[in-house]
Amino acid sequence: MAGSTLASPTAESQRPLDAAAPSPAGGAAPRRRSVSPAQEAWRRFRRHKMAVVSLVLLSIMIGLVLFGPLLWKLPINDIDFSARLAGPSLKHPFGTDDLGQDIFARVLYGGRISLAVGLAAMMMAIFVGVVIGAIAGISRGAVDTALMWVTDLFLSLPQLPLLLLVIYLFRDGLKGVFGPEVGMFILIVLVIGGFRWMPVARLVRAQFFSLREKEFVEAARALGATTPRQVVRHILPNALGPVIVAGTIDVAAAIIAESTLSFLGLGFPPDIPTWGRILFDAKDYLDIAPHWALFPGFAIFLAVLTINYIGDGLRDALDPRRVL
Amino acid sequence: MGPYLLRRLLIAVPSLLGISVVLFTVLALAPGDPFEELATNPNVPAEVRVMLRAKFGLDDPVWQRYFRWLAAMLQGDWGFSFISRVDVDTLILQRVPVTLAVIGLSQLLALAIALPVGIISATRPYSVFDQIANTLAFIGFSLPTFFTGLLLILLFSIKLDWLPFVFRADISATGWQWWWENIKQSIMPVMVLGLFQGASWTRYVRSAVLDVIRLDHVTTARSKGLPERTVIMKHVVRNALIPVVTLVALQMPAVFGGAIVTEQIFRIPGIGSLLIDAILRNDTPVIMAVTFVFACLVIFFNLIADLLYGWLDPRISYR
Repeated sequence: MAGSTLASPTAESQRPLDAAAPSPAGGAAPRRRSVSPAQEAWRRFRRHKMAVVSLVLLSIMIGLVLFGPLLWKLPINDIDFSARLAGPSLKHPFGTDDLGQDIFARVLYGGRISLAVGLAAMMMAIFVGVVIGAIAGISRGAVDTALMWVTDLFLSLPQLPLLLLVIYLFRDGLKGVFGPEVGMFILIVLVIGGFRWMPVARLVRAQFFSLREKEFVEAARALGATTPRQVVRHILPNALGPVIVAGTIDVAAAIIAESTLSFLGLGFPPDIPTWGRILFDAKDYLDIAPHWALFPGFAIFLAVLTINYIGDGLRDALDPRRVL
Repeated sequence: MGPYLLRRLLIAVPSLLGISVVLFTVLALAPGDPFEELATNPNVPAEVRVMLRAKFGLDDPVWQRYFRWLAAMLQGDWGFSFISRVDVDTLILQRVPVTLAVIGLSQLLALAIALPVGIISATRPYSVFDQIANTLAFIGFSLPTFFTGLLLILLFSIKLDWLPFVFRADISATGWQWWWENIKQSIMPVMVLGLFQGASWTRYVRSAVLDVIRLDHVTTARSKGLPERTVIMKHVVRNALIPVVTLVALQMPAVFGGAIVTEQIFRIPGIGSLLIDAILRNDTPVIMAVTFVFACLVIFFNLIADLLYGWLDPRISYR
């Protein structure tokens, strides 16, 4: 109900009657007349200092991961036995591993995969969650009960053991069809996404229950909007705030899940150095080459921490129930 | 309490059945064959393979195989490990206690951190203590368990040389010495799991206490002149714990996931490391059974959470 409470005692109160101009794209205009929901969210997001700092840090990380390999020309699999297990130096800023491969290059390359897995698994989870939550929320009755039973069942499944089981059973088949890298990527994304949609489904369903009784949906219904149109045009856009927050945190969880699988030796094959895979290779050399484990581990930590903080900031910005 | 417990138990049965269906579907959909090991082994003649397939009914329709498998599981016939040549249930029974001990201790540690810190944070919101605790909690649950494990090994085993980093199940010492050795080797695994859980629970406790502390009955309790301690412990915390228990129950699968990783890092002989070993060695019966045991454990802990819920909130237990 607190959705109409604008947490903006300063900006809007100066010109309260001027909000009639519906120009959502007019953000760049010299005279600010109205505030679009996105601008309002951004204004609230900026108040969360750690979230802003995290956004900057994460952007730097993404930039490094995307463009770093273009600038840092050392190949990830350049074997150099004269520089085995060397500590950080100018030539190898993160040191080298047991084959003399440059860890900096490997961390940069692995970041691409780890982040890509995180994003793709998040999208998969959001997609499944929104579809199931929307169907349950709009149809109610027996369909809703059945879908929620499935959701609860999935919530009580032991996720990591099942992830391991599915990967164990399916990896060879998919590798045969798509090749080792793409097959593993598809499998990991499907599996992580397939086990993380439940919170989103619950959120969407709860949102649908409250939104479908609101006046504007009733008005659309009275105007003869079909159910799909009500859902897609009227209810779903208003239910997206909490979903975006959940999705952000899902990225972090998916990165952790992928790293965990790789760390257990069941993720990507050894020639694809994701962050978790580098840690897996490094853990037996912890006493003589701690840098090998520290840099990829720190990269995972930093990515997850910043994403969690951004999620926290987004919750402040998008979740209207939590006005500061 | 009796009928409530019975009802909760009855609700757990369909979940278990559902999990068994999911597990079996995954197994049935998988490409390849659980008898591939035998098929590629040249020492096994073809007719023996056919007989084995017939004995285990691998050529029957899926639903028949499911019911046969379920019946066997219910009768305690969990199969035979391909690798260690032991019945799966004895293998698992050997290892469950260690896992439960590590998980239980780490949950106690998590509670011992999360309750006081969360309550103090919520009673002084936005104070320095709250901000520090909040930052540490964020860091705590952003650190993946496998990385904390490695960091602790690096610090306590390699740099300081205080604690052993390989868990040994066969300590020869007796009496106090035995206990001391076991405590020493359990410290790091318990810390890894406990700190991770404690960090996320701290946030739950804090927000739940913050929700309750503003309610009218708390103001009333204060204006009656009750000491602050009584107000917090009896009027706030007990009510705040209700949503916390729900969230903790929802986290149970993640706890077991963390336990697998921890057991693997410290080489603890629990069911988590059994699962990883079985996967790396293609030991299908063990993998299926351990996954099912994990599922049962999750349901069991959810049941405990439900009972706790009923104890905390009398309105629920007698409904």
